[in-house]
Amino acid sequence: MPNASLPISIAQITKTYGKTFALDHVDLEIRSGEFLTLLGPSGSGKTTLLTVLAGFTRPDGGSLKFGDTEMVTVPPHKRDVGMVFQNYALFPHMSVADNVGFPLKLRGVKPADIAQRAERALEMVRLGGYGARGVEQLSGGQRQRVALARAMVFEPRIMLMDEPLSALDKQLREHMQIELRQLHDKLGMTTVYVTHDQREALTMSDRIAVINGGRIMQLDTPRAIYERPKNRFVAEFIGESTFLPVQVRAGRVYLGHQMLGTAVAPQADGAQLLMLRPERLHLLGADEPADAGSNTIDATLLATVYQGDSSLFQAALADGTLVSVRGSSAGSLAPGAALRVCVSVEDTVLLAMEPAA
Amino acid sequence: MNAVLPNARELRRSALVERLGLLALVAPALLLILVTMLLPVGWLFYLSVLSDAGAFSLEHYQRMWEHPSYARTFRTTFQVSALTTGICILLGYPLAYFLSEIPKRAANLCMIAVLLPLWTSLLVRTYAWLVLLQRRGLVNSWGIELGLWDEPLTLVHNLAGTLIGTVHVMLPFLVLPLYSAMRAIDRNYLRAAANLGASPLRSFWLVFFPLAMPGLVTGSLIVFILCLGFYVTPAVLGGGKVVMVSSRIANDIEIFFNWGAASALGVVLLVLTVLLVLAAGRLVRMDGVLGGEGKP
Repeated sequence: MPNASLPISIAQITKTYGKTFALDHVDLEIRSGEFLTLLGPSGSGKTTLLTVLAGFTRPDGGSLKFGDTEMVTVPPHKRDVGMVFQNYALFPHMSVADNVGFPLKLRGVKPADIAQRAERALEMVRLGGYGARGVEQLSGGQRQRVALARAMVFEPRIMLMDEPLSALDKQLREHMQIELRQLHDKLGMTTVYVTHDQREALTMSDRIAVINGGRIMQLDTPRAIYERPKNRFVAEFIGESTFLPVQVRAGRVYLGHQMLGTAVAPQADGAQLLMLRPERLHLLGADEPADAGSNTIDATLLATVYQGDSSLFQAALADGTLVSVRGSSAGSLAPGAALRVCVSVEDTVLLAMEPAA
Repeated sequence: MNAVLPNARELRRSALVERLGLLALVAPALLLILVTMLLPVGWLFYLSVLSDAGAFSLEHYQRMWEHPSYARTFRTTFQVSALTTGICILLGYPLAYFLSEIPKRAANLCMIAVLLPLWTSLLVRTYAWLVLLQRRGLVNSWGIELGLWDEPLTLVHNLAGTLIGTVHVMLPFLVLPLYSAMRAIDRNYLRAAANLGASPLRSFWLVFFPLAMPGLVTGSLIVFILCLGFYVTPAVLGGGKVVMVSSRIANDIEIFFNWGAASALGVVLLVLTVLLVLAAGRLVRMDGVLGGEGKP
């Protein structure tokens, strides 16, 4: 089913509850066939935006287009989008086959064809032969698949997913992430995926829209979101990070009196923040040579936390700021040892100074 | 075989004590049912198979079989009960639906209004209807004054009056279980139905209605069964024109002092009611809406 997708164009979509903005003049262009994730903390507006796409929430105003068609006033049952609900919303009074066949029945498909297409959709999610079962007889993962089969059986060109994996255990979730992504690549429909799980977003998406307070904080590829966050909220929400206040003077970055190299020249002078990711740092003994093209900052080792696949080191800078460093071993370093935190110029990212979210 | 485990006896004993404790909790209720239900009903059975002379006989049942007036009484009873249930469904279903859609706090307030009649004496409500509905009552005088009809309508001492009264009394019994069944329906099912292409009407019939079915069956059954044995309201508002089994039982006792005949009527009504409940239970289970967890 190539080209079975539509672009989505969201402009000025606004929804207020009383005086608070659930969605604050949201503009978002979703490309045809793209897997786009809306990522944000609970209450950020990501689910509200999804329900606006599905038609369950009436925005106060704005425009929503699927392809060239204005959809914002179209009732949900005429939107022809597939949706997978957080709790699956499988009809408890219908068999698996009836659930999957439901959208076909509504579209006037002949009963014989319904049975055949429902079975094919079930096979697609590897549940062939489960049609006669009741919904209560299925495990959480199986229900998830049935919900998926039901959402795609009528070949919608847009698929919406509202935290579809949040009820599954970790192992199954990671497995389903890959499976969902493969299914998307195979069917090619435009997919909008809502999650609060940053790892899930990074794993699955073509692009991620990080949402907070009803606004899109950054729209970018997973790599760009992680490595070049545009603001402190995005940097804090995705991955672990430490922020150091720095001064920019005449295009140069100073941490205290020490000058740091950056990959991207700082835009403006003044106070800014240096973002450090624990796994992009490493520790050097006080007299070990630093790699070329990296910044080193003097610090003191405070503690080492063993975490199985890695260790987390807590170090204090000269001014007392705590920095976390993830690594495989501290070598011979003991708490109290003087050392240097080393970060490559490539990973030295500056952010505008702003209050933490 | 297991060797005797340490403390096995003590653990078994504590389990037994726990179960006995639970039994003690229901003992008063069981005793009450025994004294106020099982014994009288057994006594009723006994009386119904005694002749006037006190010997064993099926004459009361035989009379019921032979006299067409008894069949008529049962027909009237089932007719009034069915009509009352039907009208209660027509009035109560939209009401329960409305209540289940509005915010919970508002729904609770409305629920008080629904339950208010239950807190008033049945007799008071029934006579109030008699006053309102009689030939020169409020309903008729207003209706004529407003030009809705010219001649006073006969609204009491007939089927219409009986139904107005019984529906008023029975409505809360339908609305309560129906409302809670509707409240319990996850609105995401309706969202899913709409998302999959169901118009509001189809999503109601294909999803909401079947999911609310257990509440509807429960409510209807309660109303129907309560109606079968309803006495005060049909007797007052029916005014002897609408003779239900309960009125007939009362007559047998008050006028004819015939306990045997009254008992036989009671027994037949009881048996018919029990059969009805069993049938309804089977019907619902077949639909797979009630007791769904027990499905193979």
